Amino acid sequence: MRSFERLRVMFGAAPQRPQVIAPEVQQVHKLKRMTKADFEALKQHARDHELVNHKWRNRRWVVLIAVNLLFTLSFWLDIQILEGSLTASRFVGFHLIDLNSALQVMLAHKHIIVNLFIGTATVFVLWVVLGGRSFCSWVCPYHLVAEWFEWLHLRLAAKKLVSDHEFHRGTRTVFWVVFSLLAVVTGYTVFETISPTGILSRALIYGPSLALGWVLLLLVFEVVYSRRAWCRYVCPIGLTYGMVGAVSPVRVQYRLEHCFHEGDCRKVCLVPHVLDVVIKGRAADLKTPIGPDCTRCGLCVDVCPSGALVFDVKGLNRLL
Amino acid sequence: MNDQKSDDPAAKLAEALPAAVGQATPGAGKRPSAPVRRQANRRRFIRSALMIGGVLGLAMLGYIPVAGAHRARLRPPGALEEADFLSSCIKCGQCVQVCPVAAIKLDDVESGFGLGVPYIDARAQACDFSCDAVQCILACPTGSLTYRKPMSLATRSGMPLARAPLLKAKEKDAEPTLNLAERIGVAHLARPQACLAVQGKGFNGQTRGADFKGRLRYMDVDRWKPVAVREHPYDRDLCNLCVTECPIGDAIRMAETVAADGRKEYRPQVLEQCVGCGVCEMVCPAEPAAIVVEQRAPWRG
Repeated sequence: MRSFERLRVMFGAAPQRPQVIAPEVQQVHKLKRMTKADFEALKQHARDHELVNHKWRNRRWVVLIAVNLLFTLSFWLDIQILEGSLTASRFVGFHLIDLNSALQVMLAHKHIIVNLFIGTATVFVLWVVLGGRSFCSWVCPYHLVAEWFEWLHLRLAAKKLVSDHEFHRGTRTVFWVVFSLLAVVTGYTVFETISPTGILSRALIYGPSLALGWVLLLLVFEVVYSRRAWCRYVCPIGLTYGMVGAVSPVRVQYRLEHCFHEGDCRKVCLVPHVLDVVIKGRAADLKTPIGPDCTRCGLCVDVCPSGALVFDVKGLNRLL
Repeated sequence: MNDQKSDDPAAKLAEALPAAVGQATPGAGKRPSAPVRRQANRRRFIRSALMIGGVLGLAMLGYIPVAGAHRARLRPPGALEEADFLSSCIKCGQCVQVCPVAAIKLDDVESGFGLGVPYIDARAQACDFSCDAVQCILACPTGSLTYRKPMSLATRSGMPLARAPLLKAKEKDAEPTLNLAERIGVAHLARPQACLAVQGKGFNGQTRGADFKGRLRYMDVDRWKPVAVREHPYDRDLCNLCVTECPIGDAIRMAETVAADGRKEYRPQVLEQCVGCGVCEMVCPAEPAAIVVEQRAPWRG
């Protein structure tokens, strides 16, 4: 039931307060309130000894750049390890096909050949194992560029030069449905025409194109008007991988007992609605897996001063 | 909270605490929202609707170049009919990567829905089949380029080739034909008055000049290594580059007629086995080319 609730939130619903909170969890919530002085002291202690690190962000950037570089070098140096671009490729001969691109092509063309099916199935299994939207933060080149421009947005916002205008998160679901319908009805892969992921990936491999102007326009929009607007409110690729990630064992886990409810994690998060659980009193369990819309980027893991958010692989502890 | 077991000590404690501690009271969020809140929500809704309209509108702009079809493109060999080609192409560029002469390029934003879709600019670099196996077809993951088209997909008459095209380079091989069932266009002597053969002239030197970057496979140089056309000068008494450099057998010939005054007249004649690769257009010394490929055109006889 809770995983269903998390799915609802991914599709755009506002997070709800939990109906039932386990007794021992109520105890924790209560203790945090009733020993306020001690709690504040603990909090201060954690702050004083906080080790600022960017462990996961650095690892992620290395992986993201390495993957995209492997695409580029496979062509430029003709080393043929990862041929193609992010929409479809071959890794040492094995077909890999992006799930959203495959969906668009299947709906537009209405004819599926064996290689297309094999490539799609392989990538599906790959991202079920690796965490779904981890594609976004660990592979997608637009995510990285948008992350850099987000830094600029936050700097300008701090100086009150710009402000973040939120959209309804349900718009992404609308886009996903409409782009699917458009593919079926028009017979063209309409979304691919404006997908910054495809445009950037091709530009990195085959050289710059005028389409990069559109990507730049998106980035400027995100800086001056709405923080991370494309990833948050538009990109159907993210929603496709989010659905895949709903059953993934790789996720970030929230541990209530370690949390001081300061909310730094929600400030750095691309999808803060998945971290609704960290608000004081919201957790229904001692340990809560973060929902499928989470991109597993690890910024919250890095920023949390008390280790309340950690990467977790479901079933791995039992296995070891 | 009444459904909690009342003898549970934790529940009793929680009961004594205000809702803010965390015990969610169903319906707590249903308070009528303040006017400020309502206005903010309304603005967000309008903003979202505008944004959806804007993004979809921009995306659909891609239909204009496609509908206008003012930029008919020569597609790589084995391409499906244009509508099917655009719908099935996943825009990955694997065909670009395998081409030994780099004939295939990807279209840009001015092609609308054709963004990222491969095409060949034959005048700049034609497909000379120097890969022998039509590698681009082999590389295509979605069947946009295909050896054998499914029956359900459209094929205009005049597009299928009468028989498998003979690849001159493979003439001595056990299997001398190309695995290609359809043409991608047909060559056409568009400017006969510019044709050197029609003028009865020969050709001597580098065709297309010293700066031309196009490459071609010359069997007398290296079967597996295409070389720059500028490094292979010609010396012909009668220009027949389009005929001799054509990679396909029985696709073009030099027609010879005798005029009323007894003078011999020459004219390149395209034959039914022409696959539309565009090598003749690339090597034609006339500027602009006298012979060009009509992209995606069927054989009209």
